[in-house]
Amino acid sequence: MYHRFDAIIVGAGGAGLMAAAQLAGQCNVAVISKLYPVRSHTGAAQGGIAAALGNTEEDHWIWHMFDTVKGGDYLVDQDAAEVLAREAIDAIIELEHNGFPFNRTPDGRIDQRRFGGHTRNFGEGPVRRSCYAADRTGHMILQTLYQTALKKQVTFFDEFMLLDLLIADDGVCTGVVALDIETGAFHVFHAKAVLLATGGFGRVYKVTSNALAATGDGVAIAFRRGIPLEDMEFYQFHPTGIYKMGILLSEACRGEGGILRNGLGERFMERYAPTLLDLAPRDMVSRAIYQEIRAGRGVDGKDYVWLDLTHLPAEVIETKLPDITDFVRTYLGLDPVKDLVPIQPTAHYAMGGIPTDVDGRVTLDDKNTPLPGLYAAGECACVSVHGANRLGTNSLVDLVVFGRRAGRHMLQFVRENDFHPLPKEPDYRARAEVAWLLENDGNERVATIRAELQEAMMTDAGVFRTGDGLKRLQHKLGELRTRYSQVRIDDKSRTFNMELVEALELGFLLDCAEAIAASALAREESRGAHYREDFPARDDANWLKHTLVTRTSGGLQLSYKPVVITRFEPKERVY
Amino acid sequence: MQVTVRIQRFNPETDTKPYYQEYTVDVEPTDRVLDALNAIKWYQDGTLTFRRSCAHGVCGSDAMRINGRNRLACKVLIKDLGSKITVEPLLGFRIIRDLVVDMEPFFAQYRTVMPYLINDEPPPVRERLQSPEERALYDDTTKCILCACCTAACPIFWTTEWLGPAAIVNAHRFLFDSRDRATEERLAILNQRFGVWRCRTIFNCTEACPRGIQVTNAIEQVKRRILFEQS
Repeated sequence: MYHRFDAIIVGAGGAGLMAAAQLAGQCNVAVISKLYPVRSHTGAAQGGIAAALGNTEEDHWIWHMFDTVKGGDYLVDQDAAEVLAREAIDAIIELEHNGFPFNRTPDGRIDQRRFGGHTRNFGEGPVRRSCYAADRTGHMILQTLYQTALKKQVTFFDEFMLLDLLIADDGVCTGVVALDIETGAFHVFHAKAVLLATGGFGRVYKVTSNALAATGDGVAIAFRRGIPLEDMEFYQFHPTGIYKMGILLSEACRGEGGILRNGLGERFMERYAPTLLDLAPRDMVSRAIYQEIRAGRGVDGKDYVWLDLTHLPAEVIETKLPDITDFVRTYLGLDPVKDLVPIQPTAHYAMGGIPTDVDGRVTLDDKNTPLPGLYAAGECACVSVHGANRLGTNSLVDLVVFGRRAGRHMLQFVRENDFHPLPKEPDYRARAEVAWLLENDGNERVATIRAELQEAMMTDAGVFRTGDGLKRLQHKLGELRTRYSQVRIDDKSRTFNMELVEALELGFLLDCAEAIAASALAREESRGAHYREDFPARDDANWLKHTLVTRTSGGLQLSYKPVVITRFEPKERVY
Repeated sequence: MQVTVRIQRFNPETDTKPYYQEYTVDVEPTDRVLDALNAIKWYQDGTLTFRRSCAHGVCGSDAMRINGRNRLACKVLIKDLGSKITVEPLLGFRIIRDLVVDMEPFFAQYRTVMPYLINDEPPPVRERLQSPEERALYDDTTKCILCACCTAACPIFWTTEWLGPAAIVNAHRFLFDSRDRATEERLAILNQRFGVWRCRTIFNCTEACPRGIQVTNAIEQVKRRILFEQS
């Protein structure tokens, strides 16, 4: 089927819906989503959304900007971080006006609480900057933005999976191809402007907080179409996932006063971050946890430590962290009011992704040349505001600030440009890929390859990395790529073929993994979430630059682009 | 441990009516039902079809009937069910395939109640003020994840055209929000024949809600609001 819209948004999480709200009623816009919009993974975000409102204590956007830059280990583009910190304030107010149910101060304003890496006066101590709704902030953002989209009568194509991005020979984006999961039909969406807001790819790792649907679809498809991926080696492990399951226990637990303890009961963060302690940035806390485990100070010598909330008043736990309390009770049979909770770092967030400028335009090279008509926002994009390590609460800020900016720029673009002709047989590649997966008669199962991929990524591209490990990983990925060509699926139906969906997703995960491995092997330094045991120091002289990895017919090629530095010169990062 | 999972199957391309199929699968007692379903799909029978995403009870994708009760498959542990588990699609919706049902009528009901903040007064430069007490009035109903466990558990919904509990929960969320100005319009919708009065306070919805929302209570609050606003 053929559709024509001025603007197509792929993905109905925070970034996609925020962009849709800018375009609805102004031009002909539709949102395509693999899931029903309210199932998007934005809804799993818990702790908060940062903005220097200064509602409960003094705060300034420039402090927020500084924390973002420092938290990102100075790989952040500072022009983008300034936009993030300045516009966060207005974006939060816009959310509130659209009905977001924030927790309130006694005088009725938006309440704020502490979060990792957010400080007053350039690092003096923690500041209350995170606006929140209990520990369901992402749920409320997703609900509020979906409600706003319904109010504005946005057109949705629910349970449509992105298969291809259409780029004409002269380099203009002309639309997308999607699969209607319910019917198995192919749909071509001809558009003047396309926004990729397809989220992250946490499912490349074995232990992850990410949804099963977080398989990097948009990132991988952009990569296949020759668009570079930026800073893919920087992948965040959140310190507090439920042991073995990876389910997120928000940093808000520590923001409300929770502390981490090793197997000896010691508050070990005193040794790693004397000022911010348990509220140090996530990369540092995750490394500290593994260092404790490696030194034999995990619980019972095993690979986990404790999250201790038992000293907090039961009322704080029940009212400010109700969902987390529910998760711990449901999945562990423990009560955080009186029991220690076993945690381990869990793969959580991609700092890297599709390179964009501050207006969400996808850029192709070190000179930031835009690809006309193509935009990206949210976790799939790399602006880069998170640099080498994202601060807690800044992902939701990223969604609303840059989703909004992308939507506004797209509106201008669709007003100034006509439809560009589609390539001939626009759905040819998508049809061929699906036909291949349905007909291929090999002897490999999707789940087996995926499990080996996730295990290998966890071992060799996790919190600690080495050159040897990454080379071993690349070898393994090569083997898995070959075996993927022998994949066979049982399900040959057209109707709601979830095995086909998973097989397609595995292809996307393999692409993302290859990009991560190549970028990580090349970067011979340690910065933020990328920690090379064979190069343990940050090396600004050689590596204060963004990685760009591009797929070419001759394999993956690496190039680099400079970091934008405006206000804050790189310094050693201590907390 | 080994469990036997009996699953209702239906593929419209090959079947004229649903049937049951049994699988035996090795799981840990602390695994979720979703883990068992995934183990079957991934390693035994790729044709088994169900929705899932977050796998920890916040996205609402995997609502289904598990041993006769509407649950999220990712929020029920094997140890709480024993070694024989029956899994069926939600009642009251058209089956698309296996455990996947057509949710569009459910979302259509949701849209009927105007589930968005309506307030045409020019907003202040900063946030609208709302006291913690005002915020608390609608806290419970903000938790809804639109999984349909409640609506699909309602006997009235199985037999009669009506809004169903989930739509009313979402109406409540705005009716009791001090910032909203569309009380009259919403109450008029809820006061129609297919509105709140079809509720017979059976409490199935409250029992089914995986988020612990006091659904029947919310419906009753809406009923009282209609009575008192109209008298």
